[in-house]
Amino acid sequence: MRITCPICGARDRREFYYMGAAVALDRPVPEADAAAWNAYIHERDNPAGLTRDLWYHEAGCGAWLVVTRDTISHEVHGVTLASDMRAGG
Amino acid sequence: MIDLVAKSPCADLLPLDIGTVTLTEVGPERMTSLAPYRGREAALATVLKQAHGVTWPAPNRATGRDGARALWFGQRMALLVGPAPDARLAAEAALSDQSDAWAVVTLTGPGARDVLARLTPLDLRPDRFKRGHTARSDLRHMMASITRLGADRYRIMVFRGFAETLVHDLRAAMERVAAR
Repeated sequence: MRITCPICGARDRREFYYMGAAVALDRPVPEADAAAWNAYIHERDNPAGLTRDLWYHEAGCGAWLVVTRDTISHEVHGVTLASDMRAGG
Repeated sequence: MIDLVAKSPCADLLPLDIGTVTLTEVGPERMTSLAPYRGREAALATVLKQAHGVTWPAPNRATGRDGARALWFGQRMALLVGPAPDARLAAEAALSDQSDAWAVVTLTGPGARDVLARLTPLDLRPDRFKRGHTARSDLRHMMASITRLGADRYRIMVFRGFAETLVHDLRAAMERVAAR
């Protein structure tokens, strides 16, 4: 599996650390109710198909990446910098 | 009175000559990481050029020459190798002295690429990883900086504490390439 880092280019999966589903990008506001925080902390989908993960380019440039990929075909559909997602909203 | 003796990371381990490939230690040399303050990227590039004659490196690129070189070193960071950093740089970037933090070696000779290819997943094909290209990558699970300085000349850096592992892994790869 290869991931195309927006900074470094296409690199081997061994350079990356897998964080998990990209829920950290949708952190509830502090005043959100218990159900929202419960979902944020504990509830994860296990999709057969498209999923959005956070990966860390640990051995490379050190960027956090949002990777959209398919759990059935293993195809990677897109990679963006997590810092850009945050800046964009 | 204790007399402290400076010791380089690979002292007693190098040089190594195996087959057509040579592994030597580089340095000691001055190394400083430059991390521009927010919005100061252009100003830092200007000062770097004026003070040291070195262009700010784009991602995956190295600029300059022996004696004064800048290696792209990760997100919004470059490593100045050679000169002591000009004081004006400190106004534009966070500077950290890295001189003693890394084990730095040079792998040279025909077959150097074959040796390196056994240890890193980087695409080292000559038309992909050219002279003046650099990369932060994985070298046998060590976070490394790898720079191609010539046709068969690579600069390899890992954290100082991994010096013995670095030499061990490179030696094994050199022996296996030589045995083919």
